[in-house]
Amino acid sequence: MTTTSETALKSVPNIRGLDVGRVTFRKTLVACSLLLGTLLIAILVTSLFGSEPLPTRASICAIASLGQSSCGLTPDQYAILLQIRLPRILLAAAVGASLAAAGASYQALLRNPLAEPYLLGVSNGAAVGTMIALVFFGSWEWSRPLMAFTGALASTFLVYRLAQSRAGASPERLILSGVIVTTFLSSAIVFVTTLMDATRIRSFTFWLLGDLSGTTTSLLALAMIVAVLGTAVLSANARSLNLLMLGERDAFDLGVEVSKVRLIIFFVASMLVGSSVASSGSVGYVGLVVPHLVRLSLGSDNRITVPAAAFAGALFVVVADTVARTIIAPRELPVGAITALIGAPLFVYLLKRG
Amino acid sequence: MLQANNITIKYGERLAVAAVSLRIQPGEIIAILGPNGAGKSTLLRALNGGIRPTTGEVLLDGQPLTQYPRRVVSRRIAVVAQEGDVRFPVTVLEFVLGGRYASGSTGAWGWETEQDIRVAGSVLHETELSELSGRLMNELSGGERQRAVLARALATEASVLLLDEPTANLDLEHQAAILALVRGRSELHKVAAVVVTHDLNLAAEFSHQVLLMKHGRGLAFGAPAEVLTPELLKELFNVQILVDAHPVTGVPRITPVHEAHR
Repeated sequence: MTTTSETALKSVPNIRGLDVGRVTFRKTLVACSLLLGTLLIAILVTSLFGSEPLPTRASICAIASLGQSSCGLTPDQYAILLQIRLPRILLAAAVGASLAAAGASYQALLRNPLAEPYLLGVSNGAAVGTMIALVFFGSWEWSRPLMAFTGALASTFLVYRLAQSRAGASPERLILSGVIVTTFLSSAIVFVTTLMDATRIRSFTFWLLGDLSGTTTSLLALAMIVAVLGTAVLSANARSLNLLMLGERDAFDLGVEVSKVRLIIFFVASMLVGSSVASSGSVGYVGLVVPHLVRLSLGSDNRITVPAAAFAGALFVVVADTVARTIIAPRELPVGAITALIGAPLFVYLLKRG
Repeated sequence: MLQANNITIKYGERLAVAAVSLRIQPGEIIAILGPNGAGKSTLLRALNGGIRPTTGEVLLDGQPLTQYPRRVVSRRIAVVAQEGDVRFPVTVLEFVLGGRYASGSTGAWGWETEQDIRVAGSVLHETELSELSGRLMNELSGGERQRAVLARALATEASVLLLDEPTANLDLEHQAAILALVRGRSELHKVAAVVVTHDLNLAAEFSHQVLLMKHGRGLAFGAPAEVLTPELLKELFNVQILVDAHPVTGVPRITPVHEAHR
């Protein structure tokens, strides 16, 4: 049947005209390059903001030399810039990219524009995993991301199963299941917190709300690698996601190996959320706000939505964290408070619009 | 080419399809008729592997369906089902291009080729959707959406079409147009079609064979004139039915006679 409609083709006026607005590889490349450029500029600019003022030109020179030259910065300034601020900004970018790419994929897979790692309880699952790691394997650093990933994966499957009914998973049912899992895990978190001493409780609460200040070099490296590889794998499955977005049955009929793709997405998205939570706690609503804005401006084709959401998510959290650490300097807000401040109203709007 | 061998499908204790066999030849249009809950749609879903029979098997070119990779099956068998709600802003063109997923030589990441766009363009034209190609799916009327679903199935260039009530949302003009389209594919390209429908007269007019189903079982199978008799239809629907010849086409014309008028 390769000759279908050869006859009909002749009578089709201007097929090229159909192509307008369709997402192509070229369009994706241009959009992602622009976002990457903006992200790099944002990283450079936000590294100049902070409670300790740094000389602009020397700072840019030091970053551009990749730390090879101090460019006239004092040793203190040099340490603030390259050992405190820059790692934190890079972590913000990795966390933002991870959460936004995971959010966009959850939304397509679960056919639900409201699906988001934080609201689905996936972030809390990862948080419980991280806590278990802290309490039981505190000395082994890698136990945190590993347990966070396990927690994220477990809660993803739990919410997915809870949301299934005979009529399939409705958006409301899914969010409700997410809320149930979230509150259950929250009480587990509260229970463990009460066993801690007062000073630890404070830093712990801060971490729970999303705190980018307390990471280590190896966790930062892990978060960055997972963000890049995870986004690549999710993007590689984006065409299947396009069909899953229309329903699992449709996708199956059209040739998608539904259970295989679903497993890949759950696995990779959980890794992304797990590595973010292990290094910075639960930063909420990034996975909701960013994919929504990306879809508004670039359309719903996941081949562009997923990678563009990753870049835009990085940008969003880098800026949000800069606000969080400068707005009441020298004190800091958890970055999760800023993202929730923007995200919660948007969630209400999306819910209303239904 | 597609064949169901004595398939039985159980949902728990409930028997949805009981020992039904069906042989689908190239170019043949088969209508499945029966009351609600007779197992028509379940049988249709089994024919493309969407539901696995509890016993029996479905063969594609002599091989069990389960032995083919999913993509290969989808390249050969396309489904037109009642479409669920589209919750994301997807354009009609994007929706129809979904039908090219299985035919693409590249992986899932693949981008559509010129050929894909051409095929989509021609099926949009055939289903009279060219003008709407840039519109969003959830802005369309029920009938337009139903045509988009058909366009997507045609875009697969599959040699078997499975249609589940394809004309349910359509006005008279578009009902005829869609069935003419399916008929045209069957005559020109030897595409086979299995149509589940409640419209007895459309079945009489457009199908080569009719399968009557009740309580999961095949009640009768044969040409419309043999199967669409008052006796069999009364048994099927528990309603008095008048069958005469269509004044124009001569195919069986079915008129239910309701209690009040008897």
